[in-house]
Amino acid sequence: MSKIHVTTNVNGDSVEFLCEPDEVLLDVLRDRLNLTGAKEGCGTGDCGACSVTIDGRLVASCLVLGAEAEGRVIETVEGIGSAKDLHPLQRHLLEHAALQCGVCTPGIIVAAKALLAENPDPTEEEARYWLAGNLCRCTGYDKIIRAVLSAATEMRGENA
Amino acid sequence: MARVVIFGSLRAFTDGAGEMEIEAATTRELLKKLAARHPALAETIEAGVSLAIDGEVFKEAWFTPIGPDSEVVVIPLMVGG
Amino acid sequence: MKQEFKVLGTRPIRPDGLDKVTGKAMFGADKSVTGMLHARILRSPHAHAEIVSIDTSKAEALAGVKAVITGDDFADVENRWSRYTMQNCMAQGRALYDGHAVAAVAAVSKTIAAEALKLIEVEYKVLSHVMDVDEAMAPGAPVLHEGVKARKLGDDVSGNTVGYYSFGHGDPEKGFAAADEVIERTFKTAAVHQGYIEPHACLADLGSDGKGELWCSTQGHYMVREVCAEILHIDASQLRVTASEIGGGFGGKTTVFIEPVALKLSQKAGKPVKLVMSREDVFRASGPTMSASMDVKIGMSKDGKITGAHAKLRYQGGAFPYQMVMMGAMSAFAAYDLEHVQAEGWDVMTNRPKMISYRAPGAPMAVYAVESVMDELCQKLELDPIDTRLLNAAKEGTKSSYGPTFKAIGLVEALEAAKAHPHYSAPLAPNTGRGVSCGFWFNFGGQVSVSMAINADGTVNLIEGNPDIGGSRASISMMAAEALGIEFDRVRTIVGDTASVGFSDVTDGSRVTFAVGIATINAAKAAIKEMCQRAAKIWEIDAEAVEWVDGAAQPTGHNAGNFPPMSLAEIAATSGKTGGPIAGHHEGAPDKAGVSFGVHLVDVEVDPETGFTAIKRYTAFQDVGKAIHPAYVEGQIQGGAVQGIGWALNEEYIYGEDGRLQNAGFLDYRIPVASDLPMIEPVIIEVPNPGHPFGVRGCGETAIVPPLAAVANGVAQAIGVRMFALPMSPPKILKAL
Ligand code: FES
Ligand code: FES
Repeated sequence: MSKIHVTTNVNGDSVEFLCEPDEVLLDVLRDRLNLTGAKEGCGTGDCGACSVTIDGRLVASCLVLGAEAEGRVIETVEGIGSAKDLHPLQRHLLEHAALQCGVCTPGIIVAAKALLAENPDPTEEEARYWLAGNLCRCTGYDKIIRAVLSAATEMRGENA
Repeated sequence: MARVVIFGSLRAFTDGAGEMEIEAATTRELLKKLAARHPALAETIEAGVSLAIDGEVFKEAWFTPIGPDSEVVVIPLMVGG
Repeated sequence: MKQEFKVLGTRPIRPDGLDKVTGKAMFGADKSVTGMLHARILRSPHAHAEIVSIDTSKAEALAGVKAVITGDDFADVENRWSRYTMQNCMAQGRALYDGHAVAAVAAVSKTIAAEALKLIEVEYKVLSHVMDVDEAMAPGAPVLHEGVKARKLGDDVSGNTVGYYSFGHGDPEKGFAAADEVIERTFKTAAVHQGYIEPHACLADLGSDGKGELWCSTQGHYMVREVCAEILHIDASQLRVTASEIGGGFGGKTTVFIEPVALKLSQKAGKPVKLVMSREDVFRASGPTMSASMDVKIGMSKDGKITGAHAKLRYQGGAFPYQMVMMGAMSAFAAYDLEHVQAEGWDVMTNRPKMISYRAPGAPMAVYAVESVMDELCQKLELDPIDTRLLNAAKEGTKSSYGPTFKAIGLVEALEAAKAHPHYSAPLAPNTGRGVSCGFWFNFGGQVSVSMAINADGTVNLIEGNPDIGGSRASISMMAAEALGIEFDRVRTIVGDTASVGFSDVTDGSRVTFAVGIATINAAKAAIKEMCQRAAKIWEIDAEAVEWVDGAAQPTGHNAGNFPPMSLAEIAATSGKTGGPIAGHHEGAPDKAGVSFGVHLVDVEVDPETGFTAIKRYTAFQDVGKAIHPAYVEGQIQGGAVQGIGWALNEEYIYGEDGRLQNAGFLDYRIPVASDLPMIEPVIIEVPNPGHPFGVRGCGETAIVPPLAAVANGVAQAIGVRMFALPMSPPKILKAL
């Protein structure tokens, strides 16, 4: 099989890579671009650990081909906030102790950011339904939902 | 002398005896004497047991002191998740 | 006596948090090295089959394939438990369950490795299989392994019965004779998976000289080292195992599934090998917990006193001998102070994957059966479920149903807190029921090593040997800070590899905060002693005349000398001149972990049209002794409760007639998702553990025990029909209606 050449933008930087025609974006990110923040929890679109956005749209990167990244804008957890300047979602997740093992956390952050972009003032129920595709086995979701809602409050400029 | 209590299914190896008195200063001594008195128990003791000494569970600690009036319950080795 | 703490009980940000929210944290599958190979495992499609032959020649001939192995590549090991572990990693002679590994390939790419698997030709002779515990235990069932039947069992049970345990005291029959009401029921619970989101993953590099490096996701890298060294016949000292960040374990990562395979492939290929399980592999070949078939009989007087109790627990634990039902038999009636009680248990083999611990292993199902019968008795006798439990509750001095006499425990406190909570008296909507259940777990101590260095700038480094699953680096740093009398952020705790600190048992049994905590306190004591000596030398007074108060050395009194306190930072700053580096370490095997009780309250609403059960409100009360970092304790309680809810309502291993697993993925094996749940309110009860200097008890496991019965009791009330099998999935509820 001959490889496909792809030019894309990942976390604000333009990136080129070669991939197999049937190689999924998750493997490209992890194996070729060394961005291991997105995790493979299932490989079948059922766990959300591999969540990234393509042109702002939330996707399971295990279900998208690497070749489909051509000409798009990809954002992964590595592109959200930085150690010095955390995104409010990251900060609130930490402050609420909303991660235990933390393997679901990158996916939760990417998915929650996409939620707040679409709906800056979600109800608890809306947040729960939006995040229903992101499995977390450790926390029971309570603290995750609280963290997302309080980050949303802060981002709207209201007092929590 | 310490009072030794044998849990239910282990009694099959002590000819039905559920309680006995054994003179021992440490768990190791107690287990040795127990195995000598009831050879059928030796295999289980060798495989590992936990001991509850006066209500505290100890996982195979040979030199745990046993008081003269202690109650020692022999239970299987326990594991967690 | 209530102790005063400065650091304990606060909620600092965990030290590994930043890496985990920015995607930097390295989990099992996140490490790569140049030149590494990718491995894949070929698995049996049969539940039970003789492996007549395996032809790997075509796979070996494929370009890019560097090594192929089968069971024949593994030499025998002496210890039979290690042999079972090895044969579970790679079948020898027979495939014992659907998904059992039969061969493995290492190749230059994942694609080639997958391609190569298709070229391996395995000739199977299919044998008859048995999946259900009662069928497997019946005489005449196909027997998985000969010669391992538990001693002293009769012909009424098959050779698959590998363990028999009985606990209790008094005579249950006498108790039943004295009862006003006796109820006996039979229950079944399905096998469920731990469901950690991170699949097993490792990166192995083993040279022909026996020197090896292994990176893996595990609850215990010393356990991995020891088991792998034994299976590969190499010295433990030569195999350095580093624990990656671990993406959940819940007991499922307390053994090895792939590490010996990756090491063997690496040895054969002479290159590093990365091996990552797919989710399908995880379901088919790792983990699950036991399924159960249980009879419970309880007698009660009109006023709610339990007069006698008897349980018979039959668990199946998959394709190899194992010991776990005893934990169920010991837990079943632990919550109650009983005169006549007996709990019996049988461990049984079937053609299913080898079971491994799942949070409070063995307890949830047994307690489900007992607490369901308790509930039915309360209904029948028109008694309040909490008052009835209070009337029978175990307390300090109770001779437990499994033998030992309880020290200070917090069941009564938890029940009283539940009774007083507004949840218990809130009105109930139509189609809604309120369930209550108690739960119990032992908690363990075990072997532990900690090494602590006091740095010249007054900061502290701590190395421990237990992988951090749920924030233990934070709680260990907190205990170090508390013991030394310094600020939390002056301490950095890391999990060392197997070459950097002494042996530590696996992270299980809710033992880490307890056991590593004790070792940390003792390491701090050793460092403090040294620091007091240094201060004494500087002051030119007797070391005995110096004490440690609030993070500083000070003379014990005016007679000892008149010096202002000398802080840890000040002593550390001159350590180079006063005798060299200051450190403390501790190795030990602390016991007295202190049992922990919980009480859960749940409101469930059942939709009579669809049979769907919605959790409307959930409150979990638990005695944790002392909460070091309350937010992480709450998280343990919430997470455990939700796993229990999944067990009660949805999760189950579904096998076809052919013995093949039919739901090896998260789509069909449905774990709870955010939209299934309300907030889970945790209520922390603190009855200090007399066996720990700060009063800590283990807290990680108890919370998975009560939800099964709490939800079942809620459902029974909501629909007016009691279900005797878990999970209570919508079709099953509809059928019952
Ligand atoms: S790995 Fe993509 S959804 Fe699970
Ligand atoms: S924190 Fe472990 S899976 Fe979410």
